[in-house]
Amino acid sequence: MGLLNALPGAVAQGIIWGIMAIGVYITYKLLDIADLTVDGSICTGACVCTMLVISGVNIWIAMLAALIAGMLTGLLTGVFHTFMGIPAILSGILTQLILWSVNLKILGSKANQGLSARTFDVVITQLERWRAIIVLLLFTGVIIALLYWFFGTELGCSIRATGCNLNMSHAQGINTNLNKILGLVISNGIVALSGALLCQYQGFADINMGRGAIVIGLAAVIIGEAIFGKISQNFAVRLAGVIGGGIIYYVVYQTVIWIGLDTDLLKMLSALVVAIFLAVPYWKRKLFSGTRKKGGK
Amino acid sequence: MLQLENLSKTFNPGTVNAKLALDNISLTLNDGDFVTVIGGNGAGKSTMLNAIAGVWRPDSGRVIIDGVDVTGLPEYKRAKFLGRVFQDPMMGTAANMWLEENLAIANRRGKKRTLRWAITSKERNEYREMLKELDLGLETRLTTRVGLLSGGQRQAVTLLMATMNKPKLLLIDEHTAALDPKTSEKVLSLTDKFINEEKLTALMITHNMKDAIVHGNRLIMMNAGRIIFDVSGEEKKKLTVEALLEQFSKASGQEFANDRALLG
Repeated sequence: MGLLNALPGAVAQGIIWGIMAIGVYITYKLLDIADLTVDGSICTGACVCTMLVISGVNIWIAMLAALIAGMLTGLLTGVFHTFMGIPAILSGILTQLILWSVNLKILGSKANQGLSARTFDVVITQLERWRAIIVLLLFTGVIIALLYWFFGTELGCSIRATGCNLNMSHAQGINTNLNKILGLVISNGIVALSGALLCQYQGFADINMGRGAIVIGLAAVIIGEAIFGKISQNFAVRLAGVIGGGIIYYVVYQTVIWIGLDTDLLKMLSALVVAIFLAVPYWKRKLFSGTRKKGGK
Repeated sequence: MLQLENLSKTFNPGTVNAKLALDNISLTLNDGDFVTVIGGNGAGKSTMLNAIAGVWRPDSGRVIIDGVDVTGLPEYKRAKFLGRVFQDPMMGTAANMWLEENLAIANRRGKKRTLRWAITSKERNEYREMLKELDLGLETRLTTRVGLLSGGQRQAVTLLMATMNKPKLLLIDEHTAALDPKTSEKVLSLTDKFINEEKLTALMITHNMKDAIVHGNRLIMMNAGRIIFDVSGEEKKKLTVEALLEQFSKASGQEFANDRALLG
């Protein structure tokens, strides 16, 4: 039963990528920005965490440093987008490319760096998968609680308004540029934190580990919305749904590998599935556009 | 309350599409003035409102609200002086957010947005009372997403949001243009009610000449980026649609042309 054996690992990885997807949720759903920074910032988080731990820094401090490094990457994208007026997608791509060099330098100009749980004190490791799942669920709980609180505050509400309606936000005196930067900073902080968790879990940081992260993040968000969105519109439930989406993504991923699908094709298939799911709302609109009234009573 | 001093704005300057949208406009509004604005297509009505709201900077001239020169302030910083209602019912509210969240955001216009909880239970009761006054049954729908409301309901909510905390100046840009006649009437009477009760200073663009005559204490007519007619008081009350049309052709030397104009 290779599949059953692989399931706890899939769940643990799913939670880690689910945390990453919460970062994507903040930009994609709340701010209405497709932020490609995440492909770089998840790797930055892993690189910073790994290098600090192997140079003797406490794991918790290393993770905090990863979080802050991620926030800085979001700040950079935010400045590109608002202060320099570059379209959001391009801003993210620019930061991503910058981070490729930065991450290489952090790793000491190597493509990867080991972080063995046998040598270093880490919080989670795939050597103890059930323990890892429990620790990750605790992390998830704290992150969701913090975000639930933050987006319920005056400031958090104004960030949500920024993503929803720029005209309304300006008319109500909201500094939308500042809010976009704030959202990108929070999002990439969370993404980098998930990178710090991922390098501990898999036991190494790799310069390529963030490639396609945005697609996995979007997949988790979409699966989460589709399956858990029906349960409740509550913000905390939605975020938990994103974690659920990440877990389902990885369980399916493990299953198709177990079935014997060529693993070279997995990234392509993920992207195609996401493309189709992104198209569904558009097709729906197109189909029903004839009956939709503008304005009215 | 509001002074516009020699405001000019040209769109697409230096190209074949260059358009002089505001031509050296000066206008002073006194405290409590409720001014209706009419004019043909491209007369500069919305451009004038946008110049006051700070959507972009004018090429020359100054905008002074309540004695403060706001010409250099970005849109979001001027918002503390202004209440705004847009032509498009979708524009004034955040569709994905709850009704009470929209109101709470408007309630903090011009204030610092902190890490305090966005809505207190005391506020929630206040909002319920305010919504009752709209008489649209919205007081029971505080946690409904605004996107689920009708165009008229959203315009009424936008009006409520714009008049909360008594703005120095209320800017209304054809806010009934997208509504059916009955809803339009309802929203207009609410507009009158809010302006009178709060003694607001207001500028209201309308496409309906009759409305322009019936509402407010002063009427201005615009053409080609200029104010060509300005009446108030008794003289305004005596106006008729015919007299307005005649005034227009006299002042502009052309026929009145507005795609949406309802001559009433």
